[in-house]
Amino acid sequence: MSAGVNGATLVRPALAGRVGALEEFNASACMNCGVCTAVCPMGIEVLPRRLFRYVLLGMEDQVLEQIESIYSCLLCKMCEVNCPAGVHIAENVRSLRHHINRTVFGL
Amino acid sequence: MSLPTGEVIGILADNLRIRGSVLPLSKRKVTRWARGLNLPHGGRTVLYTGMMYQLIPYIEGLVKAEKRLGDSPLAELTWLGRKINRLVNISAFMARPSAKLRAVYNEVPVNVALLLKEAGVEFGYLYKDDLYSGALAHDLGADEVVADHARKVYGVLRKRGVRRIITIDPHTTNMLRSVYPKLIPGFDIEIRSYLEVLAEREPMLRTSLTGELVIHDPCVFARYEGIVHEPRRLLTATGLTLKEPEKSGRMTYCCGGPVESLYPEKAEANARRRVEQLQEAVRGSDQRSDREACEIVTMCPMCFVNLAAAAPDGVALNDISHYLRRAYVS
Repeated sequence: MSAGVNGATLVRPALAGRVGALEEFNASACMNCGVCTAVCPMGIEVLPRRLFRYVLLGMEDQVLEQIESIYSCLLCKMCEVNCPAGVHIAENVRSLRHHINRTVFGL
Repeated sequence: MSLPTGEVIGILADNLRIRGSVLPLSKRKVTRWARGLNLPHGGRTVLYTGMMYQLIPYIEGLVKAEKRLGDSPLAELTWLGRKINRLVNISAFMARPSAKLRAVYNEVPVNVALLLKEAGVEFGYLYKDDLYSGALAHDLGADEVVADHARKVYGVLRKRGVRRIITIDPHTTNMLRSVYPKLIPGFDIEIRSYLEVLAEREPMLRTSLTGELVIHDPCVFARYEGIVHEPRRLLTATGLTLKEPEKSGRMTYCCGGPVESLYPEKAEANARRRVEQLQEAVRGSDQRSDREACEIVTMCPMCFVNLAAAAPDGVALNDISHYLRRAYVS
């Protein structure tokens, strides 16, 4: 669980490092503007800004609650070409899939 | 209902690792399109299909089988299916497209080969060594399997002395041009799409075409590889009139295909939205009509198969090579 004693969240920065082991996980550039969510063809609300924040904060349980959203992403880069912060959204989502493949699906 | 995500990815990754493709096909099926074309074996410049157009009818069959399984109690036994699939290629039994459907997709590499020949490009074909790039497994994050596979493919290309590859579909283009160099230090083969090669050569027009087409850009060409102007230049030079949907070029809207293997219903819903947008390019968004006839041009096998499945009567789809062959091949 990621919830701390006062309901605060325990931050485990190591998760971002594990997810981005093969590729640069540059989600920290995200300024939370919401353009990605607004233009997503799949209407996936959690991706990518909230999801990336979970990763950066090490909130793995919350990340794993979003497995269907993570694999529903089309990797179409509509969000990425509209992102004012230049976040590599598609590659970040792929990195998350790689992480889940290893840690959850045992691939 | 969809099959368990992890097991489906596992089966596709196992197939790539054990059999060299997410959906293994016999070499006969992969190379059948080249019969009678007398393409030289190998060479420094080769036309490379990466099996993509040939694979699509089989993937379509597999997805249909997945849907049937997903709605049955057998869905809970997918884990067992994965174990058996490691020993016996069961996915091949599940996907059996008709000869007619296979012919539709095999026609595309034929068109491309004839277009390149007509434009004076010297190239060969690798036949049994025309290998799958690993695109779907890469999308799904099966990185270790894809990295191993990429090294095998590169080894074959080096052994065959290939220096320049001409690709057909966006996914193989992206894998070989943008992903492999990250996975393989020193990757030094030039990769170009046939659309780029043809546009650069400005082929001679043999037959003028008339009519109106709505253009659908694949995300991978438009946003990953920056291929937007080449197809337009080639098509408009034929005399055809191109209609642009509101979401077009670098801002194109995905066909939904990338999620078809895991969530076919989501892919279908996205494809329906895209077909409506393409229809609107003809009729205008203020003139609602449920049955607007139009002709859509695609340049990716995944876009083609997804949009075609969602297209109502009166909406026709063709691959771009269909028009280019009619116009530029005598």
